[in-house]
Amino acid sequence: MAGINRRRLLQLSGAGMVAAGSGGLAAILAASRAPAYAQATTVHWLRWSDFVPASDALLHNQIAPECEKALGIKLNIEMVNANDIQARVTSAVQSGAGPDVILALNNWPQLYTDSLVDVSDVAEKLGAEQGGYYPISKAVATVGDKWIGVPWCVGGGLVAYRKSWFAEIGYDKFPDTWDKLQAAGKTLKAKGRPFGQALSHSFGDPPGFWYPWLWSWGGKEVDTDGKTVALDSPETLQSVKAAVPFWNEACDSGGLAWDDSSNNRAFLSGSICATNNGASIYLEAKRKPDTYQTEKGTPMYLDIAHAPLPKGPGGQFNLPGPFTNMLMGYSKQQKAAKEVILWVNSKPIFEQWFTSQQGYTDGATRYWEKDAVWNKDPVLLPFRDIPIEGRLMGYAGPPGRASAEAQTKYIIVDMYAKAVQGTAPQDAVKWAQGELVKVYT
Amino acid sequence: MSFTTVAAARPYVGAPRRGPLTRLLEDERWLGGLLLLPTVVLLGLFIAYPFVKGVMLSVTDARVGVPGHFVGLQNFEEVWNDSIFRIAVWNTCVYTLVATAFKLALGLWLAVLLNRHFRGKAITRAFILLPFIVPTVLSTLAWKWMFDPTFSVINWILFHLDLIHSRINWLGEPNLALISVIIVNVWRGLPFYAITLLAGLQTISPELHEAAAIDGARAWQRFRHVTWPLLLPVTLVVTLFSVIQTFADFQLVYVLTGGGPANATQLFATYAYQIGIGTGLLSQGATISLAVFPVLLLVVIFQLFYIRRVETH
Repeated sequence: MAGINRRRLLQLSGAGMVAAGSGGLAAILAASRAPAYAQATTVHWLRWSDFVPASDALLHNQIAPECEKALGIKLNIEMVNANDIQARVTSAVQSGAGPDVILALNNWPQLYTDSLVDVSDVAEKLGAEQGGYYPISKAVATVGDKWIGVPWCVGGGLVAYRKSWFAEIGYDKFPDTWDKLQAAGKTLKAKGRPFGQALSHSFGDPPGFWYPWLWSWGGKEVDTDGKTVALDSPETLQSVKAAVPFWNEACDSGGLAWDDSSNNRAFLSGSICATNNGASIYLEAKRKPDTYQTEKGTPMYLDIAHAPLPKGPGGQFNLPGPFTNMLMGYSKQQKAAKEVILWVNSKPIFEQWFTSQQGYTDGATRYWEKDAVWNKDPVLLPFRDIPIEGRLMGYAGPPGRASAEAQTKYIIVDMYAKAVQGTAPQDAVKWAQGELVKVYT
Repeated sequence: MSFTTVAAARPYVGAPRRGPLTRLLEDERWLGGLLLLPTVVLLGLFIAYPFVKGVMLSVTDARVGVPGHFVGLQNFEEVWNDSIFRIAVWNTCVYTLVATAFKLALGLWLAVLLNRHFRGKAITRAFILLPFIVPTVLSTLAWKWMFDPTFSVINWILFHLDLIHSRINWLGEPNLALISVIIVNVWRGLPFYAITLLAGLQTISPELHEAAAIDGARAWQRFRHVTWPLLLPVTLVVTLFSVIQTFADFQLVYVLTGGGPANATQLFATYAYQIGIGTGLLSQGATISLAVFPVLLLVVIFQLFYIRRVETH
């Protein structure tokens, strides 16, 4: 092994210090070695356990070691259940110690605005390099002009459905209006193949369906000022009235007790004809073609297609789930953490992760719409447009703290749950309006 | 100088000289205080501090990362006018009363059975404890599978026994969901009652039963007039602990239903978590948690007073 003499050591540490001190990531990469200051630095990154396990494996086995090599920063990645992230954020913020970077879902960054570091420099640099962020990604990651997080990606749902089952009852493609879906669902439910949708207390699937349902009938939580609650409207009432027969005639009543993974299991076991979900059902069926098969013994994934949620009188919408990396204010490694965020979002590194997702998520910037991953499997191609057609919770206002509170209390979801359980639609709407007024004032 | 002279010149050293610390520790008041100190520190750290912190949070408008300002009783007023909170109050009371009644009745029955002599008594007692030993989250996940709307093994068995013709939506129907979480709570809490009451039963001298039998008392009369009065203090203590635990239950409902459907199983603890952690409103979360306190305090005062009365008599 070649020894390092005094002169060589000075050269190496000098290059690193100059890079770290002045030039940021570009200079570090130009110097081709880690900055000297970072040799003993560890950045702790807390994330959710991905619905695509290959992506978590890639982060652990490939990207973390690569990070240490490239930046000299040890990247300690921790994955937890998405439902537990907020408890971790709360305990970390209150105790002033914990992960340096936390990946937040949906509009969570808006709950912790005072505890996050201004990352405008990183976010704007990445946005400029990668064709600009989607408005939804920017909306949850900014307060005014300040970036309180760096957008990572966008998740979201489309309806996964069994092509052959719909074809059997005369639908060559998935119904494009709620009326048609109700009619098709009624026929299929009579055959023991209902539409599967969660109407329960779980963070992903219930809001992912019922917020777009509300919007598609013309209903909205608040006016554009983000303060005046506007839920109690003829449009909302119509949406609740329509939800009752839709649920009773077309849906699996078990959805009232489902969590975010229940519809995956129900679909893969052949119990439901369709469900609004991320691409995980299709990806799992494709990964295990011998396990998940149709009643005819063919691989189930060949019988799955994706379609947007149907449209109603108010339009056609979906609820995308933006992911944002938050740099925590208590972190003692803020500079190193910024370097990591910049590096991991850089095109060559992010591409590895993005490819491993196979279309389960979109990028947070428009650059990734053109990625080769979208040419690999046409069944996943519809997921590419999710960030463009989406609205966020709190519509028609911004996705601020109050909208997060309304979602956490499941007010919109429970408005529909109450109605399908027998509460008069107008009473359910009045209850939800009253709860929203308390949240928004 | 002779030996005798030297010895006589020495000062008296018959007893070792006592330092101030030793003298202090010989005083029972100081020693008692010192021995109590570890307990006081532990109680202070793990009980008094969180409680005081909770009270302080409840009178502010603190959010995660924002200390907040003093707002007096505003949070309590808001929580009182919150319809979900009222549902949670009702659910928690029903949950606690029904579950405690069943745990007490079944636990007592089980304890009396286990107090008899039969083959495999030791192993049966060990098995009875299993629900109490297994971590709650794990066992509740197993129940979640058993109650699953699509894959419920309970429904499968009932269906194949021809007892039902359509599935039972255990966690999807509001009333049934509350009944289901109560069933799991009873299942989990029953061993605590059974084993503690069994310990109480074993302290009752068999001679008392023999004497009562000789006097012509039948089984029910022996239970009513001998076993029950002697078991009452233990029963009250067990019930006291159980009421407190059940009232503040969290894991079970969080895993099974998350408080749904439409808040049909929302309890104090799950709602406090939802507001405090999910929404970041620490002050309101603390307020909801503290709302349990007066109720539990009354229960504790009543039961301790009653236990004292029973013991005095």
